[in-house]
This record gives sequence, structure tokens and C-alpha cells, in this order.
Amino acid sequence: MLETELINRTLSTALTTGGEFAEVFVEDKRSSSAVLDDGRVEELTSGRDRGAGIRVVVGETTGFAHTADLSEEGLAGAARAAAAAARGGGGGVREVNVSAIDVSRGTPVRIPPEEVAKATKVGLLTLANEAARGSGSAITQVSARYGDSRRRILVANSDGLLAEDDQIRTLFSVSCVATGDTGLQTGRESAGRTIGFELFDETDVEEMARRAAERALTKLNARPAPSGSVPVVVGPGGGGVLFHEACGHGLEADLVAKSASVFAGRVGEKVAADCVTLIDDGTMAGEWGHFAIDDEGRPAGNNILIKDGVLTDYMWDYLRARKEGRVGSGNGRRQSYQHLPMVRMTNTYISNGTDDPAAIVADTESGVYVAQLGGGQVNTATGDFVFGMTEAYLIENGEITDPIREGNLIGNGPEVLTRIDALGNDFAMGSPGMCGKDGQGVPVGDGTPTLRVESLTVGGTAA
Amino acid sequence: MSELLDLATRVAGWANDGEQVEAYVVHERETDVRAYEGEIESLSSAESQGIGVRVVVDGKQGYAYAGTLDEDALGETLHEARDNAAFAEADEFNGVAVPDNVAPAVLELFDERLASFSTDDKVALAIELERATRAADPRISGIESAEYIDTIYESAVATSTGIASVTRETGCYVSAYALAEEHGETQTGFGFSIGRQPGELDVSAAAADAAQRATRLLGAVKPSSARLTVVLDPWVTAQLLGIIGHTLTGEAVLKGRSLFADRMGEEVAMSSITLFDDATNPDAFTASMVDGEGLATRATPLISDGVLQGFLHNSYSGRRSGSASTGSAVRGGFKSAPGVGAHALVLAPGSRSQAELIADIDDGFLVQEVSGLHSGVNPVSGDFSTGAEGLRIRSGEIAEPIREVTIASTLQRLLQDVHAIGNDLEWLPMSAAGVSLVVADVTMSGG
Repeated sequence: MLETELINRTLSTALTTGGEFAEVFVEDKRSSSAVLDDGRVEELTSGRDRGAGIRVVVGETTGFAHTADLSEEGLAGAARAAAAAARGGGGGVREVNVSAIDVSRGTPVRIPPEEVAKATKVGLLTLANEAARGSGSAITQVSARYGDSRRRILVANSDGLLAEDDQIRTLFSVSCVATGDTGLQTGRESAGRTIGFELFDETDVEEMARRAAERALTKLNARPAPSGSVPVVVGPGGGGVLFHEACGHGLEADLVAKSASVFAGRVGEKVAADCVTLIDDGTMAGEWGHFAIDDEGRPAGNNILIKDGVLTDYMWDYLRARKEGRVGSGNGRRQSYQHLPMVRMTNTYISNGTDDPAAIVADTESGVYVAQLGGGQVNTATGDFVFGMTEAYLIENGEITDPIREGNLIGNGPEVLTRIDALGNDFAMGSPGMCGKDGQGVPVGDGTPTLRVESLTVGGTAA
Repeated sequence: MSELLDLATRVAGWANDGEQVEAYVVHERETDVRAYEGEIESLSSAESQGIGVRVVVDGKQGYAYAGTLDEDALGETLHEARDNAAFAEADEFNGVAVPDNVAPAVLELFDERLASFSTDDKVALAIELERATRAADPRISGIESAEYIDTIYESAVATSTGIASVTRETGCYVSAYALAEEHGETQTGFGFSIGRQPGELDVSAAAADAAQRATRLLGAVKPSSARLTVVLDPWVTAQLLGIIGHTLTGEAVLKGRSLFADRMGEEVAMSSITLFDDATNPDAFTASMVDGEGLATRATPLISDGVLQGFLHNSYSGRRSGSASTGSAVRGGFKSAPGVGAHALVLAPGSRSQAELIADIDDGFLVQEVSGLHSGVNPVSGDFSTGAEGLRIRSGEIAEPIREVTIASTLQRLLQDVHAIGNDLEWLPMSAAGVSLVVADVTMSGG
């Protein structure tokens, strides 16, 4: 994407004010999307964003600047701006020689989305619309969205690193509205992978559309959700959001370093039930949170965070790891070249347990079964977190019964982790997610088998 | 004429016969300083620009963007938008905005004093904010973030139908996120101050707010579930209004996604509720002379004395519903076509302070912060459930702090259950003003 000599010169310029570390991050991202709503293909959008972000580090201070101008002058200007913001005691000329590292890549993309005709992409939307509307006359609105992106990145730094990646993602989602006597209800399904258009060899958009429609229709009969603490069973794949919020964010080293995490200083301690092994794994080829290198040039890692209930490690970005004299874990990510990287999750999952999922439900006298979760949010300093349920049912006498209306569940991460009292053997990855932190969104995946939390507070309205 | 408008007008002028073209061009400069332990943690200086082009031909719409204003990117972007339009399906109401002869309000949104404020002075503000927050209370144990951010923003919209408008504005804020600790327990709180230029920022108030919000939650307990009256802090009310604003857009109504779709002229809220969207109010942080399609913004009554009065429209939803744009086109940057939404929602305030409202409540909950609005509130069905923390109200007085609860109702019921509105109207860095709101009969779920 840039000539090595130009990179070396840019890094040298960035170090002229005495910087200890300098980095160039180059990104060239193309995106395309198509939206169907209200019965017709409304719009196609496509775009390109290209530029470089340069940072210079002196002590605890980071200077950062970015530019869309990738010429020698444009890069030098950004390098000087970043350097001006982070001045060290030294200065002068320091030569940098970067050399490329070998990066192991997952499965190559079989069908690059940019080679697929727009008419073919639009055709998927129409199929999904018809399938959803065919699910019942109570389906009164359908929207479907197709999106793909190709993100080529290059990272080089004054430690001599040079690494490149080419990340292709493809996404499809369907949302339905059902109308009944009780008002409107919604249902949504999505599929997204770090692969090309071959996503649709394994994903049937009509089937997805019918599931989304079914979800909205089911909820027309939903009862108010209970209010108060009850046992909660989360279906396979769904529980990932729970762990993402309950402890994932709290294990990010930047928050830990500021003591803004309830998990600070707890490595080696028992933090979860014995059955819990939590892994963050950017190497899972094809998964939504996968990449070959992170946005600081570190290869993706398979990092065990909690093993058999014991906290083993945090997730690290390059700078914080460098400071601690250890290697990064491949968790330094950024939304775009216009942002500074920070510690982020990739694909975060709980490995399989041994319980029979049907038995977990049968063993629950009364409670709530959550089949699909929405997003969530956590305050890492207190550990209190919420997550939404977008498809949920009552459990009565060990059986899944009536659907309940949407709402949030709330819990405290460290408490909830110790209250996981059943873990199924039916591991599945969940829906593709966008994780937001400090205003930056990055794609993340998650997964869990069926699991039960002994008690969680359900935020409904029923007594 | 501004360079941006010149550029946008030039691109719009490339429209073929029988084709409408809209060019939206943005240029933005941002400085972000974060302070930590008395030092600069990070200092980012950013300049970004981009263009978004919308093409409508034979009722079909296409869109394309580029994160650069390089000359060759302009033509490519138009070409790509045109190609995209060919694959969409026609809608007779599609089209860019057409001048409607409404003169924009004259607002002073650009303050030269921000442009001439030095980087060193910005750094000093961030460091002072962090210091003041740490010093505000001995129980402040740490700072998650303390930052100063400013933007100098200019955009232009031009269309082949004769729209030509420019927006120039400055904005800045300081915000602190504090950690408070006592007896091994940690709580958090934020504080901020906003302005058009740094001289308007009140760093000590932001620091004091962050410290007070964090320390007053220390010792918080998880209560048992109850049905009670809640007082929503202005910050929380503004977020709630943002969701309600979404349900009042022409887009949601026309597409059958609004719980208010068939209720025009009906009583949808307590009679004390009067809700406007008014981007022409210069006090609003989101004030704007023109909307995302280049039409003048205007005050739009949405609910008057509890009765549903109107919906928000951009030019598409206005045409399709047989009315007209209310100047409510909104854009989420240059990477997408304009949608429709509220710019600056404001509830008519009441006459009493928050303290006076609380004095009337026997058993209640002052909600200081909510979480999970995006996951627990469904603006289509109206289901409303969010995480909450704040202070219990007993016999008209603030009592113990509470945490790890949810509050739940439906949007429909919330509006009918508003018993009082405070006089503490406050403009916040979002598309709504905050004001204390007393809502009866809300379910609080706890232990």
C-alpha cells in the first residue's frame, strides 16, 4: 500500500521531536450496501475511505494525527503534527528500517464481493422480503440489508515492524414488524462473517427471513416480562453478549490499568464458577471478529482469559504490553485510520460444558428462557451490566411456555460469573455484533453453549 | 461563497437531463486532549473531509461517498451513485429537496474565539479538569477519562434543483468520568460542560458534577422490586425524548413502525406535555440554520397539551404523506443519505425545581443514570426497560443510593403517567434538552 522507503522516512519524521515510539497505520476501505424497505429496494450505497493515522509516544503521552493524503508531503505533515503533540527530551535524526513480518491467514476469500454483480446482491433482498411476508398476513413491514466491506491495512512502527492485512466482511440482516391486537412487535435475524459472498452458500436468506418473521409473530402473544430476580437460561450462541458485558470489557488492560475494572489485580483468583472457561480468539477464521493482524500489527491471538473459573490474563494492546515488558495479545483495534487503537475484544466465547441442554431447562422449576439477546452495556468499574432480550419465554415447571415482552436484564459481573450453575454441550456462535467503546465501533463475535444463571434480575413489569 | 459550497454546487451541476443530483460536502477539524495523572495522555489533531452524492433518476435513488475531496474522487463518486441508482426500485416520491422559500433563522453558531484558542490552552483545560475532579472529594480514587474536545465544522449542500446552503459551527466540551471509592466499593460519575468556544466552559462545575455523581452513589444497595414514582434527571429525560422523537418521524409513521401512526389529534400524553422540535433555538447545542437537505430548520410542534400535533418530515416523507418537509432531514455524516429525525427536542418546562418535585414524593426513585437504552427499549412496540441507578426518595427527602435495578414501563404509558415537569431545562450535547420529569407507577426490578 506504501513503499517501504516512504514508510521509513515518515517514521523518522515522526521521531524528530524525541518520540520513543512511532507508528503509521494505513487503511483503504471500500464498502457497499443495499437496503430494501417497505416493499422495494430503496437504495444502494457505496464508498471509499482511505488515509493514514500516525502516532508518536513519549513516556505516557501519545500524539496522534491523521490524513487522507497519502503523498510524501501529506504523511510528513501528519507525522509532524503527531510529533508536535508528543515531545521528548531528545530529538534529532533517528533512522528506522521496517521489515515485513509473516502473517498467517485463515481461509482465503472464495468470492470477493466486489466481483459480484449489484443485481445479484439486490436479488437476495427481494428473496428475503418475499419469504418474510409469506410467513403470515400479520407481517406488516420488512426491511432487509446487505453489506460488504474490504479493508486493507498496513501497520509499521519504529520497532521495525511492518505488517499488512486484507479483511473482507459480508453481512445480511432482516427485520420484520408484526401487527396484532396488542400493537406492534419486531423480529430480527442477522448473519455476518469475515468471508466473501460465499456467506450465502451457507446462509439461506429466505430461511433467515422466516425466522425473523416468526420471532415478531410469536411476540404478538407475549406476556409482560417478570420483574425481579429469577433463574435465567440462555440458549446456545445467545449468552456471548452476557459474557462480553459481564466480564469481557472488565478484562481489557487499559481499563484495568486505570483501576476502572472490578477485575483489576485479580489474576490467579477464582472469579467464576468451575465450569467457566472464557477465551478471546481473533484467529477463528471466518468469524465476524476475525483478522490476521490487529490494528497495531500484532498477529491475532487465541487467549485464555478465564480457565476453569480462575482468571488467567487480561487482553492487551501493543503499548500497554510493551510497558509491562510482555508481548501483546493481538487485541489492539481501531474503528478507522482516524482513531487511536485501544484494547478490544475479537471473538469471545465460553467453551463447551457437559450438561444436556434439555435437562438444564427441565431442571429449572420456574424462570426465564432467553432465546435471543440484544445488545448490552457495562460499567466496568462497578461491574453492573445490562443486556436486552429480544426473544424470551417463561419457564414453568421445567418447560418453556409463553413468550414474554422485550426488556433488559441486569446483573453484576463478578456475582453473575460465580452463579453459573449449568453449562450445556451445545456450543454455538451468536449473531455478529458491533461493540462500542469510547465512541469507536468494531466488529466482534461471541459464542456460548446453553447456560443457566442461578439468578438474574429481569426488568419486566409483571409482578 | 464558501469553497465547500462552490464544490458542492459544481458537482450538483453535473446532473444529466432528467436526473437530480445532491452533493453534500463536509470539512471538519477536531482536537481531542485527554489528561491522566497530570500529564497529557493523548493529544489528537484531526482534519477530515468527505463528500456524499445522491442521485435520483426515474424515481430511483443511489448514493455514494468518498472520504476525500480530491478532484478525481468527485466525478467517480457521482458516477458510482448514478450506477447504484440503476439497481434500486422506483418510488414516485423520491427526490432531493426543492427550495421552499422558508428563510433560515439567523443563528451565531460559529465563534472565532475557538479557532484562535491555542493547543497549549486546550491542554491546560484538560489537565485542570482532571486535577479539579480528583481534588473535588477525598473519596475520588481515580479518573477513567478527563478530556477536552472541540470541533470546527463546515458543510455545504447543493442540489440540481437549486438548493445551496452552508453550515459553519464551532463546538467544544470538557467531560470527566470519575471513580469514587470507599470501603472497597467503587462508583462512577460523569460531569461535563459545553460551549461554542472555550471561554464558555465551566471546568470546575464539570469536575464537581462528576465527583458528586460518583460519591453520592457510594454505599448503594440493590433494593427489592417495587412500583413507585420515578424522577428522571434531566440527562435521563433527554435520552428518553430522543427515543420518543424517533417514533414521531414521518419515516417511522409511513413505514408502519410508529406506535403513534394513527393517533394524530388524539391525547397521547398527560395534558402537561408540550413537545417541540426546534433547531432554531440558539441555546440548543444542536441548533442549526438548515437541515441535512439544505432547507431552513423551523419549530415543529409535536405534542401540544398532551395532544399529538405533528410528525417530523424530510422532503421524501413530506411529499409521500401529502404534506411537506418540516426541515427535519438529518445526516449521520457524509457516508449515508439523509434520513428524518429530531434536531433539538424540547419539553415545555414546569414551574418547580427538582428539589420541590422531590419534596412531594412519598416513595420514589431519583434516576441519575440509565444503561442499555439501545437494548431494552423498542421504539416500535414501545416496550421500555433500562438499567438504572440513583437515589431513593423517602418522605420527600433524598435517601439511600440504589444500584443494579431496572425501570420498566411502555413509552405509551410513560407519557400518560408524567405527573410533573421541572423548571430546570438544560441543553445537553444531544438532540434534546433535559428537564426533570416525574413519572408515576413505574416498575423497579431489584433483588
